[in-house]
Amino acid sequence: MNGSPDRDQRDPCLDESLKEPTDSIIVDIASRVITPFILLIGLYVFFHGHYSPGGGFQGGVLLAAGILLLRLSLGVAVSQAIMPTRMTLRLAAGGVLVFLGTGLAAVFLGGNFLDYHYLPLPGLSPEYLRYYGILLIEVGVTATVMLTLVAIYDELLGC
Amino acid sequence: MKVLSYIVLAAFFGILVRAIVELPPRGDVSSPVHQQTNATGTPVAGAYYIQNAYRDTRTPNMVTVILGDYRSFDTLGETIVVLAGGVACFFILNTRRRKP
Repeated sequence: MNGSPDRDQRDPCLDESLKEPTDSIIVDIASRVITPFILLIGLYVFFHGHYSPGGGFQGGVLLAAGILLLRLSLGVAVSQAIMPTRMTLRLAAGGVLVFLGTGLAAVFLGGNFLDYHYLPLPGLSPEYLRYYGILLIEVGVTATVMLTLVAIYDELLGC
Repeated sequence: MKVLSYIVLAAFFGILVRAIVELPPRGDVSSPVHQQTNATGTPVAGAYYIQNAYRDTRTPNMVTVILGDYRSFDTLGETIVVLAGGVACFFILNTRRRKP
């Protein structure tokens, strides 16, 4: 890895054609139409995790599927608008920090680690503090899962 | 060597089948995990979760309550494992040495 010259001069991308937009207008239009619905179902699965099977991991995978469909069909350059490559791993780490911050906020306010009863949300009974605490950590899980999957795809393309 | 690996695989398959056959039937109320207290007299965690999950959090989905509240430290570890996988892929695949 360390400074071998032919490695640096070689084109790092595995296959340039994978980064280009598709030639087919059918694939282009269909992916543009389908992607908002995939993202919407992803958000539904995430928010409905309190009431039905679902939650952070599953919703995050669906959201990543929506973004990756745009990456595949419109090309990497155009789909940077929905999720920039350079932000993926940083925001994934941010998801873990949301989770850890929820736990540590409870510690600093007098409770145990991840004891949502002590979260500083005013005007809520302890039961609903736990309800929204669960929702808060699921936000972190969703961000991490979604952005890690997008990051791995981008790294495979070498961009 | 190939024959040996097949023998090992067959042995593990036998263990697997044996373990599955011996599982208690689903919904068996007399199986140990479905009791209020186990054989040593200590309370079983599952009974507490079933009785108190909705009362503690007002969340109808018991699985979410267990994963997100009672066992949230485990979920934190899972999330960190996912992030670690992404970071490891970054350092293995990133030949252009983009800054992380």
